[in-house]
Amino acid sequence: MSEAKVMPGQAMPGGQIGRSLPRVEARAKVTGRAEYIHNLRLPGMLWAKIARSTVPHGCIRGIDTSAAKAMSGVHSVVIGEDILTVIPDPYFGPAFHDQPILALGKVRFAGEPVAVVLAEDPKIAEAAAQEISVDYEELPAVYDEIEAMTSTAYVHDELKPAGMFADLKHLAGKRDTNIALGYHLRRGDMDTAFAEADHVFEHTFRTPQQMHTPLEPHCAIADATSAGVTVHSSTQTPSSVRVEIARLLGLPENRVRVRTAFLGGGFGAKVYVKMEALAVALSLLARRPVKVALTMEEQFFTISKHGSTFRIKSAVTKDGRITARTCEVIYNGGAYADIGPRVAQKSGFSAAGPYDIANVAIDSYETYTNRPTAGALRGFGMPQLVWAYESHTDLIARALGLDPVEFRRKNLLRDGQPQATGTVLKDTATGAVLDRVCERIGWGRAFDRGSGTTRRGRGIAIGLKASIAPTTSVATIAVAADGSATLYCGTVDMGQGSTTALAQIAAEALGIDAEAVRVVAPDTDVTPYDMGTLGSRSTFHMGNAVRAAADEVKGKLAAMAAETGVPAGTNLPIAEIFRRKYGMQAGTIVGSGSFVPDYVSPDHATGLTPNATPYWMTGGSGAEVEVDTETGQVRVLRLVNVADAGVAINPRMVETQLTGAAVMQLGFTLSEEMVFTDGQLRNPNFADYKIPGIRDMPDRLDGETVAARQESGPYGAKGVGETGTFGVSPAIANAIHDAVGVRITELPITAEAVYRALRQAAGDKLPEE
Amino acid sequence: MSAAPRPIHFTLNGATAECMVAPHETLVDVLRDRFALYGPRESCGQGLCGCCTILVDGAAVSGCLYLAAFADSAGIITVEGLADGDALHPVQEAFIEAGAFQCGFCTPGFILMTTRLLDAHPEPSDDQIRHYLSGNLCRCGTYPQIIEAVRLAAKKLKPG
Repeated sequence: MSEAKVMPGQAMPGGQIGRSLPRVEARAKVTGRAEYIHNLRLPGMLWAKIARSTVPHGCIRGIDTSAAKAMSGVHSVVIGEDILTVIPDPYFGPAFHDQPILALGKVRFAGEPVAVVLAEDPKIAEAAAQEISVDYEELPAVYDEIEAMTSTAYVHDELKPAGMFADLKHLAGKRDTNIALGYHLRRGDMDTAFAEADHVFEHTFRTPQQMHTPLEPHCAIADATSAGVTVHSSTQTPSSVRVEIARLLGLPENRVRVRTAFLGGGFGAKVYVKMEALAVALSLLARRPVKVALTMEEQFFTISKHGSTFRIKSAVTKDGRITARTCEVIYNGGAYADIGPRVAQKSGFSAAGPYDIANVAIDSYETYTNRPTAGALRGFGMPQLVWAYESHTDLIARALGLDPVEFRRKNLLRDGQPQATGTVLKDTATGAVLDRVCERIGWGRAFDRGSGTTRRGRGIAIGLKASIAPTTSVATIAVAADGSATLYCGTVDMGQGSTTALAQIAAEALGIDAEAVRVVAPDTDVTPYDMGTLGSRSTFHMGNAVRAAADEVKGKLAAMAAETGVPAGTNLPIAEIFRRKYGMQAGTIVGSGSFVPDYVSPDHATGLTPNATPYWMTGGSGAEVEVDTETGQVRVLRLVNVADAGVAINPRMVETQLTGAAVMQLGFTLSEEMVFTDGQLRNPNFADYKIPGIRDMPDRLDGETVAARQESGPYGAKGVGETGTFGVSPAIANAIHDAVGVRITELPITAEAVYRALRQAAGDKLPEE
Repeated sequence: MSAAPRPIHFTLNGATAECMVAPHETLVDVLRDRFALYGPRESCGQGLCGCCTILVDGAAVSGCLYLAAFADSAGIITVEGLADGDALHPVQEAFIEAGAFQCGFCTPGFILMTTRLLDAHPEPSDDQIRHYLSGNLCRCGTYPQIIEAVRLAAKKLKPG
């Protein structure tokens, strides 16, 4: 069923790289004893339950909390104005300071937190929250991203960039707009290229708003005292949460402690402040520890994946060279910016795809709408874009009568060529990935195309993504007097296996076994700064920092050996060197390392930069599908994900990330959609929002890597967590087209969508939905 | 909240246990609150994800929907009851060897359901595996490796 084909890479002398070591926490996870913040409760703790807005856009005329307060067992009820007494400026967000901890004066989506009940029994808090009634004066609302571009229903009065990102500063104070950010790229001469084109193709593709649904829902426990604040959170970004909480409270960073444990999934849902600021404010008010633990349903109102509309237009010569491409991407960001502006900008860099195109124009917009907020989800916008440009690519090839793979090969961007931003592709195996996808799916070979009402087809797709730059990672390694090593770093293990992979990197650098390295869970009191576990950045960034820390440790050990008269190159055990220095088993050697890659911010006018990213991620997918032409039902028979992961530190875990990403993207492709009526979400639960189960698995699913090496990465490695999401959706749409000749341009590809397309192609009229 | 709690007696992972439960309390909450067993955990709250899977008299139930009061005089097994001291259950070993989990949040549920499957079908077909595990969701998408783990566990449990 699953065939491990991840390249081991070049063997390293320590033997720790390319080792498929089981997860260091494996035993804890199979016995149910692994720590999750979900399980944590503190003495004296109160539970918080949130009352949420029932209207998508409105002014709050009044909040009646009397019935809730009167309920037996209720500690207190808190509204936005109460928050002001402990946090005078309670607006947060990584890109814009636009989100209030609890609604103040206004609500901007149905489901926004308006009030909180605190109680010792969460069931009482939940029941009391139902008793809160709010009087709203409803305001005109905007839900669609295209309408948001021109609507006069403004979600925010003015833009409030956070200042963390220098390239957003110019947006400060901008009024009368729902466009939070526009990224614009201009390269070459578009007018001439389109005027001289033999063919021009233009298509529009859409994706719906979708949700991460980590099985461990968001939770945060805050314990605030006059000495400072401790936050236990299911966060992917402890350091960034600390910075933001410290800012909100006006405290130095060292008075704010943010710690986490293993995460029951993250996928981007748990980056930056989510429930932490609310938990801190409530703890300050109650003077007790407070736990905010969301239900699965509430997660849908907390963060989501952007819906999007992508208009793409290409100029093509008659022999199949793409000479120009225009990309207009509009992301539906929901009510608050979260990290959406970064999604719009970073994905904008490579919206034109992994192709060598001389003339490119890209406009990528983050819009505000009256929907739940959208942020990062496993790919930072890239799966939405690859869906569009790889569907478009297939349509062009078909229209020109060219083989879709040959058409791609002819235009493929290869190592050494400048990408649309002007940044030269380096250590990026686009060609090898495309070739291997074709091999694995059997492209060009005859296969059973089905008959009667069951038809089969094949499709492929390939994507390219920039990493998130510029971002910093710092690591510390301590070696104890017995020679054992402990790694302190802020990378959060949410299932991707970072604890194990970073232990392997540290072990290789120190010349010991990975099993001998202890990795301390992120805790800002002890683990140094790391920007966050997101954007497939940890293996590369933290891996490089860990290596640097190990180098410092080795240097100090060598100095200590020299100082104690031990000849260089000795094989004397480390413990013996300590004993010589301190006369007994005593002492510690600490080494630290930090890593921040080079980056050049894109030119504001042209969007161009010579250094958009420290490394590129490229991945491709091949799919074989079976379509039932009577019902529109699509069954994915085979799915293969191929990636350039550089050198795989732990091949087994890389393979699992690739197949896991394929499964997740299968859900986003075939079933998942947040459905709204008048701004009200109709399906925030697993009964109505279907994520893939074991019965949805293709008959065969494979993940593998190509031989590659990222020279600037730790032992040649680069990130891979997102790469497996890129090609899945378009590969399936292209396979459906191959099977039955219809083109689906909007996700999810439901049986109904395929059925309607088939009937339309046959000239039948069907009633509207 | 409303009606008075009453005592229940049951066997928990092989040992006798008792506690007071209110009529509305679910089995997963009671096991976590009163017995500090965190292997079963509530996620979807609708009995659809399997994270709260608990064995009650040998049958797998969704602990988030199963009222604790019904557990009176039953035999309860959670994932914590599978290992024998430091010796893992063969299904647990198989999940480690096959790399059949990532974040691990759904893992106790999958492991318990796999023990049910292999009790009923020591040499399960592909369809039986998918049937038994269709009520457990893994958002990390580790299904291929889980299927591998089930097959490996079946081999380990085979007599002789």
